[in-house]
Amino acid sequence: MTGAPVVRIGAGASGALHRLHEIWNYRDLFGALGVRDLRLRYRQTALGIAWVVLQPLAAAGIFAFVFGRIARVPTYGQPYLLFSLAALTGWNFFSSILTRASASLIQNPQLVTRVYFPRLILPLSVVPAALVDLLVTIVAFLGIALAQGRTPAATIVALPLVLILLGMLALGTGFAAAALSVRYRDVQYLLPVAVQLALFASPVGYSSSAVPPQWQSLYYANPLAAPLELMRWSLLGTPAPTLSRIEYSVAVALILWLAGTWIFRHIEQSFADEI
Amino acid sequence: MKSDAGSALAIHAEGLGKSYRIGRGVRATTLAERIATTLRHPFGTGHGELFWALRDASFEVPRGQAVGIIGRNGAGKSTLLKLLSRITTPTTGWAELRGRVGSLIEVGTGFHPELTGRENIYLNGAILGMRKHEVARRFDEIVDFSGIAQFIDTPVKRYSSGMYMRLAFAVAANLDAEILVIDEVLAVGDLEFQRKCLGKMGEVAGAGRTVLFVSHSLHAISTLTSRTLVLDRGRIAFDGSTSDGLAYYRGLQAAGADSPHAYKAPAGKTGVHLMDGHVLTSISDGLHRHGDPFALEFTLDVPVPVSQLCFSVHIMDETDRAVNHFWIYGDGPSFRNATGQFRVRIDVPKYRLVLGRYTVTVWVTDRATHTIYEHLTNLCPFEITMDGLSRPDYDWSPEMMVYAEDYTWDVRRR
Repeated sequence: MTGAPVVRIGAGASGALHRLHEIWNYRDLFGALGVRDLRLRYRQTALGIAWVVLQPLAAAGIFAFVFGRIARVPTYGQPYLLFSLAALTGWNFFSSILTRASASLIQNPQLVTRVYFPRLILPLSVVPAALVDLLVTIVAFLGIALAQGRTPAATIVALPLVLILLGMLALGTGFAAAALSVRYRDVQYLLPVAVQLALFASPVGYSSSAVPPQWQSLYYANPLAAPLELMRWSLLGTPAPTLSRIEYSVAVALILWLAGTWIFRHIEQSFADEI
Repeated sequence: MKSDAGSALAIHAEGLGKSYRIGRGVRATTLAERIATTLRHPFGTGHGELFWALRDASFEVPRGQAVGIIGRNGAGKSTLLKLLSRITTPTTGWAELRGRVGSLIEVGTGFHPELTGRENIYLNGAILGMRKHEVARRFDEIVDFSGIAQFIDTPVKRYSSGMYMRLAFAVAANLDAEILVIDEVLAVGDLEFQRKCLGKMGEVAGAGRTVLFVSHSLHAISTLTSRTLVLDRGRIAFDGSTSDGLAYYRGLQAAGADSPHAYKAPAGKTGVHLMDGHVLTSISDGLHRHGDPFALEFTLDVPVPVSQLCFSVHIMDETDRAVNHFWIYGDGPSFRNATGQFRVRIDVPKYRLVLGRYTVTVWVTDRATHTIYEHLTNLCPFEITMDGLSRPDYDWSPEMMVYAEDYTWDVRRR
């Protein structure tokens, strides 16, 4: 026997293990798509990679003006720019993965209708570009912090865990949104509104402690609230949310991940017929 | 699990079928539509009729055989290839493919205009399922075959159409697959390039790889394959030697379609496609007098906006030679970057084809991504007559000229 791979074609989805193995076999495609996104992102822009830093800085500047100067929200004694930039870094990581992942199928109809590969690769392949953006922003953040005479808190070692949590929340939702938007284009229009809403419902421009005590539980029903506060905790050493609220976010992330992959698998077989 | 019996087989398909639901309100594409449909028909989802694009296809292909697949438009060729390349899943039946499958439904899938030739080779290779080190190992060969080495670091948006095709085919031709599934990739490019591709594919077939090959080019089928499947209305109508297959296919063509002088897309067709086509002839349906006004009318369905959508039509003579080319390339026709159904009408004030039988070939393509949405041949057959044109002493015959023009005589005594 040659040990040649045997491909079975039939109705019905293949097993989860088999699918994982297949995604692994296509890992170079994951890399190639990630590299493509990075190369294309800032081609034909005059400022190039500087946009990675300028975008969140501009957003933080606007927050600094609106929340810091006009509304004067409490910042645990941190300079407002660092206070908002710390959470904004996490927010941008979340929202760029979610937005790009959800558009990844309908923006590549050529790939979906003309060639086979594990479809999950498409939403997954947005992660490398988001990670690069994140790294650049964090370096900028640390630069600004050092320039202001602040050394990063020791809690920074926990940063990767916080990012994994945010990434899982984004991808779980992104898988579902990507698959559903193949069938219902409404998702394309609904999602930006929801993301915009989530930005203001999350502790990015302000601290969750600014929310009145009787609303705290409701406020933390937003699974993004805990990880975004954790971003600040990790980068600036501000107080962390309670353990139960973190556990809640982790539980939601796991459920979203499972639900997202389930929905994706469910619709996946008809992508080429419906896109 | 059977092992020894199946090991000589590269492909084994049993009862493969694919159906689509067609009809109103079946494929809701917005939530609002879906809700409206549910309200109107609250019970069940089984509206619309079931259309079988492919039905009960069973066949076996031994390792190393090259098999041609032919059939008229809408016979199920593309569906069969899409099932075997796992782009879509079958409704019934199953298939087993032993060995690595490389499928070329088009060349250059995923090419990005902003990336350089080099970057696109790696990207396209990965999309076709090659590992990075495999592409790296084959890189020089790919560049060599494409013959565009000096432009390899230029973004492909600056390539000519021919250069683009060369590079795209070069990547695909170097795919290390045991089973190759190929759809109509030779239909584009200049003659010299087509010959080169044909040579390469002959090499592939000769090297013991299994090839499934769909083409409209009977010439390509007969040079590359020894066995042919003829599909007709979703079923395998013939399976045997290529020479018998071609004869069978010619018989099918001669028998004609249901409505001979008009084209109607097969039910269930999705994506950017031609919905229907007619020739408007002067004497009767399908019969036209030389020199009379002539028109072609088409309906295009464009469900997604395409920036460089091109539509062009060839009129082919009996020897399959293009005698006319009508195209809409420039000046941004309204079907570009828009969605909906568009009527395209081509009017020829005095159509002066020489007497004989002609057919229509339609191309719907995207020039930006080089996607072929439609390549339909043998549509709307019609006949040109020169009856009634004054020429009392001689009969007209098709061979006397390839082209007739209006002219006047001027004869004077000097």
